Amino acid sequence: MRTLLLKSLFARPATIGPPDADDAALDELGGALAARGRRLLGRSLTIREVDAGSCNGCELEIHALNNSVYDIERFGLRFAASPRHADVLLVTGPVTHNMKVALERTYAATPDPKWVVAVGDCGCGCGVFEGSYAVAGAVDKVIPVDLHIRGCPPRPIDLLRGLIALVDKATANDEALHSAASR
Amino acid sequence: MMAVHTSVFAAWLAGFTPVGFHAPWQRFNVDAGEWTTVAKSLGEGAGDLLALWGEADAVHMAVRAPPADPCVISLAVAPALASPASPLPALHPHAGEGREAANGGGKGSGCFPSVGRFHPPAIRLERAIRDLYGHMPLNALDSRAWLDHGQWGLDAPLGARISRPRRDPADYEFQTVHGHGLHQIPVGPVHAGIIEPGHFRFTANGETVARLEERLGYVHKGVDALLTGAALAKAARIVARISGDSTVAFSFAFSLAVEAALGIEAPPRAAVLRGVMAELERVANHLGDIGAICNDAAFALIHAHCGIFRERVLAASDLAFGHRLMMDRIVPGGVACDIAADGGVAVLAALDEIAPRFDEIVALYDDTPSLQDRTCATGRVAGDLVKRWAAGGHVGRASGRDFDARRDLAYPPYRGLSFTVPLYTAGDVDARLRVRIDEVRSSIGMIRDWLADLPSGPLVAPLPQAAGPREGIAITEAFRGDALAWLRLDADGSVARCHLRDASWFQWPLLEAAIENNIVADFPLCNKSFNCSYSGHDL
Repeated sequence: MRTLLLKSLFARPATIGPPDADDAALDELGGALAARGRRLLGRSLTIREVDAGSCNGCELEIHALNNSVYDIERFGLRFAASPRHADVLLVTGPVTHNMKVALERTYAATPDPKWVVAVGDCGCGCGVFEGSYAVAGAVDKVIPVDLHIRGCPPRPIDLLRGLIALVDKATANDEALHSAASR
Repeated sequence: MMAVHTSVFAAWLAGFTPVGFHAPWQRFNVDAGEWTTVAKSLGEGAGDLLALWGEADAVHMAVRAPPADPCVISLAVAPALASPASPLPALHPHAGEGREAANGGGKGSGCFPSVGRFHPPAIRLERAIRDLYGHMPLNALDSRAWLDHGQWGLDAPLGARISRPRRDPADYEFQTVHGHGLHQIPVGPVHAGIIEPGHFRFTANGETVARLEERLGYVHKGVDALLTGAALAKAARIVARISGDSTVAFSFAFSLAVEAALGIEAPPRAAVLRGVMAELERVANHLGDIGAICNDAAFALIHAHCGIFRERVLAASDLAFGHRLMMDRIVPGGVACDIAADGGVAVLAALDEIAPRFDEIVALYDDTPSLQDRTCATGRVAGDLVKRWAAGGHVGRASGRDFDARRDLAYPPYRGLSFTVPLYTAGDVDARLRVRIDEVRSSIGMIRDWLADLPSGPLVAPLPQAAGPREGIAITEAFRGDALAWLRLDADGSVARCHLRDASWFQWPLLEAAIENNIVADFPLCNKSFNCSYSGHDL
């Protein structure tokens, strides 16, 4: 193990970036997110993922955000085990009737302020499962959704891009709230 | 209705007259007595139950009794007894209400002799048949609903479609466990990790699990109903989304079944590209699992490295086939797209990068006794259980069940290919991990060989017009075990009925056995070493 650790110490990082002409997009996203995230919630946004009926494809790609290549935690975003610790619910769908109550209860258990991101073509619409007796609908038919990230499944880079957009939106709301309060 | 002896079971099955057009294996109509004889014989170990599914007026089971080919046994369901004095177990406490609504529907529900009564692996399958079609398994051991959580607003959505008010989804009677000092731990359906939903009810004595009972069905999306009457292209897209981690394997099985029904074969280049995709999917999933299993034993280093390996494989798959998970790339008749011009080079480069580093990671696993202390002798599954349940994949092969659909029911491009199927007998987390390690290496070898010598030629064979209803069946080896697809095509080429069976159906029940007498803290480890599908099971 020592040899391996030593080798890793001297190896190039597996993480995408620092800036590289080809991969500038990811790095740019990362920088923007760090600045905005800090303004909003110190420097962290905690995510709770909820599979409300997905085929598991979206989960595989959401999982990839945690690997050393995308390393989502460097942007101050992290996944929590409980909705009670979360600022963001990342929900995949279509929401099945059998998961509807569980999703509603998870939403209720998440403290305010909270944001909901619907992930994947099924979470945003119903995808190929449209019209089934077993499907309650897209995520926004069950709980209020702030952002949609489409794709079947969305790539990890799309998910990161989407989370930036969320921070943008959340920051705007936050500022609107502040200006309303000061009036 | 005696069981047929193991030695003559295959010959006895072959004595029936095959019906209709069903390829590549045969289908037989039997009567209720013969159906029960099959069930009893399976219960006595004469063969493997591969699948059990329903349709509006019949139930079918796929059976394999080597050396004979697998076959499908069909039974027309008998009209259900409707009298209040009926000895049938009630569907649930309010069964019977709303029966009026059914009369206009035209489709009724029937009954059939229970298979699970003699062969327990069938129990959950026949509970699912009753939930979807309303066909009652007579004298069944378990009368509880399985996929139906009382949330659909109707009973038997593929059968009588009796409307029914929704009820509390938590209203489910778990089996009781008696003893001193026992307590229950309910887990799920929303789990702590980024995984699919399901409920686990643990009964523990201190740290030790006395019993685990699973409750699944949360991600039931009504796939069987969506596939009924669907045009072929639409059906293929649905099938690719049965279980995202096995999208290639299910599209592969579905396409083989369509091709069998239509009497065609995919062109050689398509067959080899299918193999490349299937093995890339296996490598990516196994790499993810190997890392995740070690992570559940708090050994993050292997997880970190395997995460990078998996990412490399997915990125190369994306470059080669235009989709990281290779969804919708295998279609009836062949493949939807060719490998990209630089795709082969990208895949080989990724494999060349991974292979030596993977060896280092495996050596690290071998040299870390504190990690093996968690994986060895944990979550043991006995050999006779995997044999009875005909559990496929790493669950079966870690407990001595020497079966791999790629070798034992060989289909192109595996036909005539020689490769070693790993086999272990310890049946613990370590053995399931080692099956994966061996398979990663063997799959890398296959991909290299295929890409070195890709046949040229067309990518897709034209689908002929069927002259009437045609039926096909196929089994492919997904990363977690055998994936079965059965279908009937209408003359217009649409899907009259299609059923897909994930390997998880015969692995989930064994997880309940694996965790018994282990500590609660080892459950994530055991669960990850199985890595059963929720979506593939719930359909």
